[in-house]
Amino acid sequence: MPKSLISIHDFSKEEILHILDIAADFEKNPNQPILQGKVIATLFFEPSTRTRLSFETASNRLGARIIGFSDAGNTSVSKGESLKDTIKMVSNYVDLIVIRHPLEGSSRYASEVASVPVINAGDGANQHPSQTLLDLYTIRQTQGRLDNINIDMVGDLKYGRTVHSLLQALSLFDAPQFTFTAPEELSMPNEYKEFLKERGIPYHETTELSYGLNQADILYMTRVQQERFSDPMEYEKVKNCYSLTASMLDEAKPNMKILHPLPRITEIAQDVDDTPFAYYFKQAKNGMFVRMAIISYLLGYR
Amino acid sequence: MEQKGKELKVSAIENGTVLDHIPADQLFKVINILDLQHSPHPITFGTNLDSKMLGKKAIIKISGKFFKDEELNRVALVAPSANVNIIRNYEVVEKRKIAIPEIIEGIAKCSNPKCVTNHQKIKTIFTVITHNGATKLHCHYCEKETPIENVEVNSML
Ligand SMILES: [Zn+2]
Repeated sequence: MPKSLISIHDFSKEEILHILDIAADFEKNPNQPILQGKVIATLFFEPSTRTRLSFETASNRLGARIIGFSDAGNTSVSKGESLKDTIKMVSNYVDLIVIRHPLEGSSRYASEVASVPVINAGDGANQHPSQTLLDLYTIRQTQGRLDNINIDMVGDLKYGRTVHSLLQALSLFDAPQFTFTAPEELSMPNEYKEFLKERGIPYHETTELSYGLNQADILYMTRVQQERFSDPMEYEKVKNCYSLTASMLDEAKPNMKILHPLPRITEIAQDVDDTPFAYYFKQAKNGMFVRMAIISYLLGYR
Repeated sequence: MEQKGKELKVSAIENGTVLDHIPADQLFKVINILDLQHSPHPITFGTNLDSKMLGKKAIIKISGKFFKDEELNRVALVAPSANVNIIRNYEVVEKRKIAIPEIIEGIAKCSNPKCVTNHQKIKTIFTVITHNGATKLHCHYCEKETPIENVEVNSML
């Protein structure tokens, strides 16, 4: 079975650092058509324009060609073709598959059926490892290190898969310190707190955005989705407490950077964009370099 | 051989398998897991028997049938306390506890409704993890954990 990237646990710490180094090289020189003549499939069984464009741009900059679909709506899948058959067919045509699918575990299954490497671009609420790698890349870029990072995670910590994977990935490095800022309904699940306890990693929980802000090296904001709340009034309340404005950042550490997996709704006010702390747009751009690195690594080119 | 008199009680079949120390309320699940309702072999059940260990226990004797280990290991999911006695010529030739395997394939159902194994024809694979005395099944596909007491078990096909 060729090497795939389905879960962040599939890569060792050394492999993660290797990917980040390749990505840094692509950032210096983004046009390296080392995959000329290769074909990459982007199979998006549910739409995600942002992620798909990032993977497709990465493939283009490497010189590969792309086939695929952006929505399963008008494909053989909507006629009831099994995931297995779709993947078997596509792996006959291409050198690598990027898959996004609403069912959890579908990407792992696809990687077992495929004869080519598979990259998981999101399987339901489970994993989205290229997001985690680009988060790590951005943290290292802004702080110059991955050890001893103080990170304040804010928003939906219950369902947000990006914060769960990032928490696990940062635990591979020395002395991370976590603050979990979330409304009670969306607090960090016990299994992740247990995970940290077992490793002796400290964390603090709070409902107040001001609590961890001034100690943080990284403020990791996530979107609080209305559909997570049973009571619409509760949502209105929470929506406003987790809206970051420029005036709240007066006493932040000078090296502090704000990350967000995007799209943002109301969690970050527009006036934050012009502060030196805003880094989320650069973070999104980093995604392209990291995806170039993942693709070329899995195909054995770097 | 001093044990012989005692063993005869459970080995009153000539050849076959006796499953003992099944919690009484799990009897029908064990029958289902081993698909005994479709078995052509002579089968005797006893249930609500007194047991020092379990309170009320059940016992199943299947004449002329020897199971594969992987078949018996399924039983561990619902009756981890069960014992297996292999009977040949009225004698217990082998007696052992059922062991929960480290990997469970194709028997248990993932409790995550959004797991791909609940939507496509895929054999489930779980890793058994024990943590603070609680046993959980970790799904190889969706990476979610299900406590063993909540696991739904597929009968043999
Ligand atoms: Zn599952």
